[in-house]
Amino acid sequence: MIQWQVIIPLILFLIIIFAIGFWANKQVRQSDSFLQEYFLGGREMGGFLLAMTMMATYGSASSFIGGPGVAYNLGLGWVLLAMAQLPAGYFVLMVLGKKFAIISRRYEAITLIDFLKKRYESNVVIILSAISIIVFLFASMTAQWVGGARLIESLTGLHYPVALIIFAVTVLVYVTIGGFRAVALTDAMQGSVMIVGTIILLIGTIIAGGGIENIMTSLATENPKMLTPFGSDGSLTPLYVSTFWILIGLGVVGLPQIAVRAMSYKNSQSLHRAILIGTIGIGTIMFGMHLIGVLARPVLPGIEVGDKVMPLLTLEVLPPILAGIVLAAPMAAIMSTVNALLILVSSTFVKDIYLHFINPNAAEGQIKSRSFWVTTIIGLAVVLFALNPPEFLIWLNLFAFGGLESAFLWSIVLGLYWKRANKYGAIASMISGLTLYILIDRLSPHIFGMHTVTIPILLSFVVFVGVSLATERRTS
Amino acid sequence: MKRLQDPRFKVANREALIGIALVLINFAIWFGFAYGLGSKDPAEYSYIFGFPAWFFYSCFAGTIFMIVLIWITIKLFFKNIPFDDGGEEQ
Repeated sequence: MIQWQVIIPLILFLIIIFAIGFWANKQVRQSDSFLQEYFLGGREMGGFLLAMTMMATYGSASSFIGGPGVAYNLGLGWVLLAMAQLPAGYFVLMVLGKKFAIISRRYEAITLIDFLKKRYESNVVIILSAISIIVFLFASMTAQWVGGARLIESLTGLHYPVALIIFAVTVLVYVTIGGFRAVALTDAMQGSVMIVGTIILLIGTIIAGGGIENIMTSLATENPKMLTPFGSDGSLTPLYVSTFWILIGLGVVGLPQIAVRAMSYKNSQSLHRAILIGTIGIGTIMFGMHLIGVLARPVLPGIEVGDKVMPLLTLEVLPPILAGIVLAAPMAAIMSTVNALLILVSSTFVKDIYLHFINPNAAEGQIKSRSFWVTTIIGLAVVLFALNPPEFLIWLNLFAFGGLESAFLWSIVLGLYWKRANKYGAIASMISGLTLYILIDRLSPHIFGMHTVTIPILLSFVVFVGVSLATERRTS
Repeated sequence: MKRLQDPRFKVANREALIGIALVLINFAIWFGFAYGLGSKDPAEYSYIFGFPAWFFYSCFAGTIFMIVLIWITIKLFFKNIPFDDGGEEQ
């Protein structure tokens, strides 16, 4: 069964996205610095664009599909945990902030690795960073891609491979031809869709449930623990939930796809505006979507697969046209995450590997065609893997968030604010952070009742500082 | 070294510290209300606008408060500085 009223808004959404891609392509062709334009949008982003692209890149399938599903089963405690993401709106931009903006202009850095390269002057740092970015982000791109296709599959009734190709072609076309500017502009639209969709669905759900009071009473009758901060099964301990502040709030500074955005904006004013808009946006989406998951329980009881809560609820409580708009939101979230990862992995290949190691004197035209091809080939490779995702990639994707944070957080932050930070410290902290992260995840993920990422981040800090101080003589 | 003398870095460093202070406040509000009011038996919860009080203060009111606080902080303490070396802010 195909519901055209639901599908038409989705198709409109795709058409607008294509239009943005073609418009951005004109900018790319007119620009006099191809690399800066294609991979960074010419450092021209204003406050609204910056806020939206940060938020849209950060908010992914898990904020709209996975998260509400868990909240459906665990109750208000999961909303509490989700609110640890609020700092992602202001902390990242304040901490990287103006210093990163000034330094990256001084270094003429276009990628995060450019910054690390000039700061640490070490090929080992470049290679380690490039490998982490390519491996982890390739894996998480595949996972998001699978999520996007599954969503289209469940909404339209198309077969998975067809759904995957529709999703992939859309993203590939506008990212390949339009570069970062297309990514940022579509992010602005997708971010707005995410916020509006959240608000509509929240209101619709509250009405369908007969008001908050009514819903809370039903939850309390079913299981009073749904209303506690500890989760319906008591699994959410204060320590465990608190350590999520590191993973999804503070550590976000170390995510390359986020950090690169912090060097793409125009001026101080844009930064200030973006902090405020971004925090409001992230606050609205994270609070709204996860609360929706909890409220859905009395409205639509008995859903067994968590990932189906949000789509089923939308179709249940909203009239078809509104449902189409709301269901565009998770698609927007997935697309805007994938496009950021695609352009980042492409820039790593072109700028950090090809231009740095293979052909430093490449001509403008050569760089251009290489960039288009690399972006296309990576995209197609992801599609190929997404058709039949190998175990290994799924496994890697689980590490992507924490792994990248363990690898990059301190190299970026200490590189910016601690003048004695050196390459030995950076290398040691990257290796120890990554290794520890994977080890702890394999051996005992809830070690001492904390989230996996906690100890690698703390220890890689100690290693960074210790090694930097111990090797000070060698570098000075 | 030029890096050390640049007065813009003083502004940038101070704003980064403000970011850390804001996170600490954010965390304190979030943690304090959630586990301060939410640790008792759910039968004894009081409710505000239909939500359990811990949830209302920690997740809803706390978030609004942070947004207002961030807005005030930026208005009062954040400075406009140029990013290009030797360039002027438009």
